[in-house]
Amino acid sequence: MSTTTPSKLQQIIASGQMAVTSEVGPPQSADGEVIDSKAKIIKDYVDAINVTDNQTSVCRMCSLVCCIRIKLLGLEPILQMTTRDRNRIALQSDILGAASFGIHNLLCLTGDHQHFGDHATCANVFDLDSSQLAMTVRMMRDEGRLLGGSKFEVRPQMFIGAAVNPFAGPNVFMRVIRMGKKAAAGVQFVQTQCIYNLDKFKEFMKIAVDRGLTEKVAVLAGITPLKNVGMAKYMQKRVPGMDVPDEVVKRLAGVPKEKQAEEGINLAVEQIEELKGLPGLRGFHVMAIEWEEKVPEIVERTGLYPRPQMGGGG
Amino acid sequence: MRLQYSPNLRIIEVPCTGKVDILHLLQAFENGADGVLVAGCKEGDCHYMVGNLHAKTRVKRAKEILDTVGLGAERVAMYNLSSGEGGRFVEIVTEMTNKILELGPSPIRGAMEKGKMIREAEEVTT
Amino acid sequence: MIKAKPKPLEEIIDNVKDLNKLLIAGCDGCVTVCEAGGLKEVKILAAALRLYFTQAGKQVQVDEASLTRQCEKEYLAQLSDRMEGYDAAVSLACGVGAQYLAEMYNHKPVFPGVDTCFLGVNEERGLYSERCQACGRCILAETGGICPITRCSKRMLNGPCGGSDKGKCEINPDIPCGWELIYERLKTLGQLDRFERPVEPKDWTTSRDGGPRKIVREDLRI
Repeated sequence: MSTTTPSKLQQIIASGQMAVTSEVGPPQSADGEVIDSKAKIIKDYVDAINVTDNQTSVCRMCSLVCCIRIKLLGLEPILQMTTRDRNRIALQSDILGAASFGIHNLLCLTGDHQHFGDHATCANVFDLDSSQLAMTVRMMRDEGRLLGGSKFEVRPQMFIGAAVNPFAGPNVFMRVIRMGKKAAAGVQFVQTQCIYNLDKFKEFMKIAVDRGLTEKVAVLAGITPLKNVGMAKYMQKRVPGMDVPDEVVKRLAGVPKEKQAEEGINLAVEQIEELKGLPGLRGFHVMAIEWEEKVPEIVERTGLYPRPQMGGGG
Repeated sequence: MRLQYSPNLRIIEVPCTGKVDILHLLQAFENGADGVLVAGCKEGDCHYMVGNLHAKTRVKRAKEILDTVGLGAERVAMYNLSSGEGGRFVEIVTEMTNKILELGPSPIRGAMEKGKMIREAEEVTT
Repeated sequence: MIKAKPKPLEEIIDNVKDLNKLLIAGCDGCVTVCEAGGLKEVKILAAALRLYFTQAGKQVQVDEASLTRQCEKEYLAQLSDRMEGYDAAVSLACGVGAQYLAEMYNHKPVFPGVDTCFLGVNEERGLYSERCQACGRCILAETGGICPITRCSKRMLNGPCGGSDKGKCEINPDIPCGWELIYERLKTLGQLDRFERPVEPKDWTTSRDGGPRKIVREDLRI
């Protein structure tokens, strides 16, 4: 896992324990309290908290500020940065700012195209892509240098992450190769797209293990509980790169409406239980979108509570 | 068949409606036509395979232009029939004639009659 | 070539409705190939405008022309003895030609008659698609002859992204995923090793981001 940082998440992974992360979505308003309350719901059940960055290109309170709020609550944030909205100047600038507040986890993303969001007519940036962002932050951390060449003293101590989607094209093997490419660019941990097709995910992990990749990159499996059959169908049909097998949709459909949420949680719990011992897997990233209150239950029922208390760091 | 139809129709014969260019349609109106009817073979039966399909797209474009310039899309129309359907031809002509009568004379013709036709266009050759 | 499409007729009418003498100027170059601004389209537009003016009760002269190219002063100069006689011109050339026409006859309004869209190919008649973004530093040798800056919606150099779905781009299932195309091509060429190496951030100074561009070929200039 190369460079060690003060990141608590990195420490937990390095200690060999299963890590648990989750995410909070910022509000589309100036109300910072929203982030504080969401973080407080999940704080004892996760090791680190992602804050999404204008996810699906919907303009929201910025991730960096929300991460600062989380840090000030004494918790461990993971700053998500997309390259869609910011060029290399702004990205490096925000990284320096994040580091100045003791934020030590960065998830490098290219980002959903603005077509999906509420500002579809905007210009996009994409000066860098996610791999290039990882290269950049690695250079800032390990060499104290910016892309433009200038050197500086106080370096950002970032534990570098990225997203992987084992279910996107062209095929599973190439998605592993791509994860390898991200590792070569400096990525130390990844969170996967939410998993419903466990067989395919296991295939992905097997290839990754065989290639020695899981020694270099900590893989955290993305788990999203389904609220109802409508959500399952939506994800199956309308979200590019998502693989939701028919059995999953059928399972939720086979249960009366008022029981579907419970069934969705049950499914998430079962998925975590099934994947827990998977070779190469270092933890879980529970994405309960606008359903943060269910995270504690999922973490408890899967025997992942209480979370280890790591000394020092942060 | 010796069926009667309205005398207001001036027929221009073409080997295939695929020969009808959008400029022919527009220039007919420039020259004072109140309406233009394009009669082609049934889709799938075109002797030249897709001639009538080309005509269809051109008539559609002409309709859009006629609407935008204030003449009305209904003044041009395409009908498909086989050459053996004499009765259908009379039906079509009658239908179109009645429609044009409803719409009234083309404003272009009115301008021509008042001597307010725009000058003959000059083509600038370079 | 440059691909353009005819502007909505309403927009053109709005620009010229109060004028009396117009020249519709086409171009025999790219816009003829994509059937947006050649002599044929000039005649169609001129006929439409004459119909408009006549039914509006106005007598307006609408003349028709098409130049070999509007991006070349030599050809634009062929209009020099006539331009004085017009109130304005509608140029059906691409944005390049329309501007050059306006530059040469800068005291006459020149209105664009087409929307210039991209550099692309004729897949079939009436079906054109983008292939090049003119970034100024071509990397086709590294990507099997397929440009990721153009064909990837996010212009990634280390693609594909996680939204690449069954070979299609996440933003539109009619758009092939540029990186899947590159992957397949590199596989065919036996160059998949190129796929495994991370590509460094791009120098965008040679593209639009560096400001309006110029090429000065000393070898062609005396």
